[in-house]
Amino acid sequence: MVLWLALIVFIVLFVVVFVIGLLSYRWRAGGDESAEDEMSEWGLGGRRFGTVITWFLVGGDLYTAYTLIAVPGLVFGMGAIGMFALPYTVIVYPLVLLVMPKLWQIAHNRGMVTPADYVKERFDSRFLALLIAITGFAATMPYIALQMYGIEIVVAMMGVPVTTSLIIAFAIVAVFTFVSGLRAPALIAFVKDVAIYITVLVAVVYIPIKLGGFGEIFAQVPQGKQVLAPPQYAGFATLALGSALALFLYPHAITAIFGSSSQRVIRRNAALLPAYTFLLGLVALLGYMAIAAGTQPMAYGPDGVVPQLFVDQFANPVVGFAFAAIAIGAVVPASVMAIAASNLFTRNFYQEFIRQDVSSTEEATVSRIGSAIVLGGALIFVLSAPSYAITLQLLGGVWILQTLPAVFLGLYVRWLDRWAIVVGWLVGMVWGTYGMVQEGYAQGGLDNVQLFGSPMTLYVGFYALAANLLIVFAGSALARLFTSQEQASYGMLTEEEYKEPEHA
Amino acid sequence: MDSEQGSQNGEAANQEAQGSGSRWWLLLLLLPYVGLLYPPLYSRIAPELWGIPFFIWYQFLWVLITVAITGFVYKVRN
Repeated sequence: MVLWLALIVFIVLFVVVFVIGLLSYRWRAGGDESAEDEMSEWGLGGRRFGTVITWFLVGGDLYTAYTLIAVPGLVFGMGAIGMFALPYTVIVYPLVLLVMPKLWQIAHNRGMVTPADYVKERFDSRFLALLIAITGFAATMPYIALQMYGIEIVVAMMGVPVTTSLIIAFAIVAVFTFVSGLRAPALIAFVKDVAIYITVLVAVVYIPIKLGGFGEIFAQVPQGKQVLAPPQYAGFATLALGSALALFLYPHAITAIFGSSSQRVIRRNAALLPAYTFLLGLVALLGYMAIAAGTQPMAYGPDGVVPQLFVDQFANPVVGFAFAAIAIGAVVPASVMAIAASNLFTRNFYQEFIRQDVSSTEEATVSRIGSAIVLGGALIFVLSAPSYAITLQLLGGVWILQTLPAVFLGLYVRWLDRWAIVVGWLVGMVWGTYGMVQEGYAQGGLDNVQLFGSPMTLYVGFYALAANLLIVFAGSALARLFTSQEQASYGMLTEEEYKEPEHA
Repeated sequence: MDSEQGSQNGEAANQEAQGSGSRWWLLLLLLPYVGLLYPPLYSRIAPELWGIPFFIWYQFLWVLITVAITGFVYKVRN
């Protein structure tokens, strides 16, 4: 039972996106092809994205298709705890305002492309940089697979064969990413974000009207799902805080930030990006609307709720538009994530350990090929073991959080010891992984612990990070006692390099 | 009167920012954390707004407040 009208609209939009992705290669300032730094051109769009483009790119990159499917799914299935996505994507922005401009400045000054590039120079340690690169890579891979999973869900709902469609989608993304690099998702993000905003705004106006208003909607929802129960408080708060701290540690978020043209662009976006959070809040409400509408997802469990809701409530062409919005919403982050992951491999493994004197053009070529391979790997993953993708992505969130001391803390604290960071990272990784395997998977990332004698349910990533930080600080303080004062510095970086240059 | 206060604060903040400690706006940036990370504060259904439980519309309100705060801090520091 193919939804033909939906499929036609869907295909048309996808073709548009593919063409934009290819043409974006020609979009360079002044039309010149600066071949001297092909790696920055491909991997970071030449570091020239202004406020508006950065807003579209970062918004399109962070608010992924999977987010748009999983959050209302969580609300539908488990109630208020699914709303953690709101405080999570609110409290992240003061952090972005403070931390990211600093990191951007140093990356800009020194031509850094990946977070591991920064770690290597800040701590003067190739080993720590490699650990950070591996962590970033491992955390990103399942996330890409999940974007493809999002495409799979909407495609399946249209009655179309899944494997063929995913292979076509993979080919489209792989080709335009290979050709145009970061410029492709940056431009496609315009289409994506406009389509998503339209879809969500229409949905949250039309569906409540159809269902008789929000009062009616919430009258159909069990009270236990509208608010948190006291045992859920700590889990909710630590999920929000842990996820907020992790979000900009992901390589794809840092890549999108590094593509900006100035600190000012980042700061402005810290104030403007919350528009997407408002949107995400509305998307979460779709979960409640689905409960009230009596939605029964045909497949994919809670993750099928939003697509099923659209199929039930909208005419086919509108469904096609909405599904295309979701699928394009997968394509943008998948592309940026593939670029970011591939850059990690190219800069922090290939260039570091295999061919030190590689040219920028060769770097770009390696990264191009790498991005296609990464996308291919994600495709195989989602076709063979999608449920593992979900659990691995949860784990990836815990893992990437453990890079906080190396990537963020080093911007502010001078006397950190690189080995304390390595040990802290290791403890966080092991304990976090253990916690997830034991209990966390079953409870969506939450684990039961004993804190000061009373049982609490906390986000695994949060307590793993706490242990990590304890070791970093204690270990660094200890190291400082036993070594000379020269150790207290910013590694190979100077204080000056963090400051924004005076504008003429 | 309010805007005079605002620009005086802004100038002071600018001078502070160029000097050593620019601290007062850190407190402002901390507000969303205080407002949102303590669920007992807001995990309830009443009072409802247009039929939406307090727990939910309170969080939306904080999106708007945080935009205002980050926008304000950006303006003041620049």
